[in-house]
Amino acid sequence: MHVSVDTTLCIGSGQCALALPEVFDQDETDGLVVLLDAKPPRELHDDVDEAVNRCPVQAIATTAT
Amino acid sequence: MSAEPVPAHPTGRGRPFDPPQELMEWQAREPLQRMRYPDEHVGWVVTSHELARAMLTDARFSARSEFKRAPVHRPGTEPFFGVPAAPGWLVDMDPPEHTRLRQQLAGQFTARRMRELRPRLTGIVDELLSAMERGGPGTDLVEAFALPLASQVICELLGVPSGDRAEFQRNSRILFNLTSTAADTSAALDRLYATMQDIAAGGGEPGETSGLLQALTEDGTLDTEEIAGVGVLLLTAGHDSTTGSLGLSVFALLSHPDELARLTADPSIVDNAVEELLRYLTVFHFGVPRTPLEDLEFAGRQLRAGDSITVSLSAANRDPRWFQDEADRLDLTRRTTGHVAFGYGIHQCLGQNLVRMEMRTALPALFQRFPTLSLAVPAENVPLSTDMSVYGVHRLPVVW
Repeated sequence: MHVSVDTTLCIGSGQCALALPEVFDQDETDGLVVLLDAKPPRELHDDVDEAVNRCPVQAIATTAT
Repeated sequence: MSAEPVPAHPTGRGRPFDPPQELMEWQAREPLQRMRYPDEHVGWVVTSHELARAMLTDARFSARSEFKRAPVHRPGTEPFFGVPAAPGWLVDMDPPEHTRLRQQLAGQFTARRMRELRPRLTGIVDELLSAMERGGPGTDLVEAFALPLASQVICELLGVPSGDRAEFQRNSRILFNLTSTAADTSAALDRLYATMQDIAAGGGEPGETSGLLQALTEDGTLDTEEIAGVGVLLLTAGHDSTTGSLGLSVFALLSHPDELARLTADPSIVDNAVEELLRYLTVFHFGVPRTPLEDLEFAGRQLRAGDSITVSLSAANRDPRWFQDEADRLDLTRRTTGHVAFGYGIHQCLGQNLVRMEMRTALPALFQRFPTLSLAVPAENVPLSTDMSVYGVHRLPVVW
């Protein structure tokens, strides 16, 4: 799985960073998403999907690798 | 032309935790349908989960206050229709004005910061529970717990000096009470603004705790009026929504003893339990207003520029097409992903992770301290704020 984020869409709701701090963080200045791990290990894939679903502005995308 | 009269937004609830039945009937029959507003404007109401999320992420729908109509009339208050957003009130703005403010604030509400607040939250919760214990074996849980918790947390977050907090709380309640007169509301608002401007301008005693208002002032991007506006917005929203969510959650758990037993037996389910309570109770029960700025087609219907639309979060959160297994049942371990208790799209609640942390801290601690907590009055005598813009319990008499 490859994860990408779009900071032009992100509003810094922090849903992803709350759900999965291993993969997502937030910039301390504007709260926008910071991707920590673009290729998270398999055991986190379900949680990534969950984060995708929780994002209120669809700023997270995944592609199969 | 249909001869059927266009209905108004319902306010009566058959059962305290369920949205008005009419909303659910509309959802099943016609999830985007006409609705009459208090000023006789005929607009729309959205009741399905699918259309609610679609509309709240569609940039063609404006959140600007000058187009907003509240679906339910607040006696004694002026409608905000026609009035542009006050400085700092990002909920009433569209991009790019909204974006500029949101980014200033989002950095203050990151998940990391909210997690770091946890020890302080635990401290406040423990103090309040100890005070309850000393005064026991009975109290009003709203006055003794939910309200002071919400109030102390938002005041700390903002950096409101402790000496100003009692008056802040009074003014906030006047502001959001639907039965307040226009004069009272406006006076309360003026007092809140004045104190906020004071704080933003660096007032207060030297060495006072620093919070969001001071951080925004130091940053210098927003002017004093905007900072005061942000402060009033966050304070009022923080008070009422958190108080409502907490009070109503305790009432719901006491009314569902099997679910409460699951939570006390296994506190590790608390994160999901909080999401489920947020979904099930949806305290923003009059939904969120949106308006198309041009004639457009949405979900197969022709909408006109200026049509008022209410997106019913309460109805969307009970949509069986999304939540499946008996969406009307409180189930603390159900899959809750996608609930819209905090709204959806760019305006989704800024303080949502703070509310989550408060509830995750407060609920297990309350039931751990008072394992025999129960209602002191019959459930039907618990006064509900069906008249408030945020749903909740006015009082929750309990014993232990």
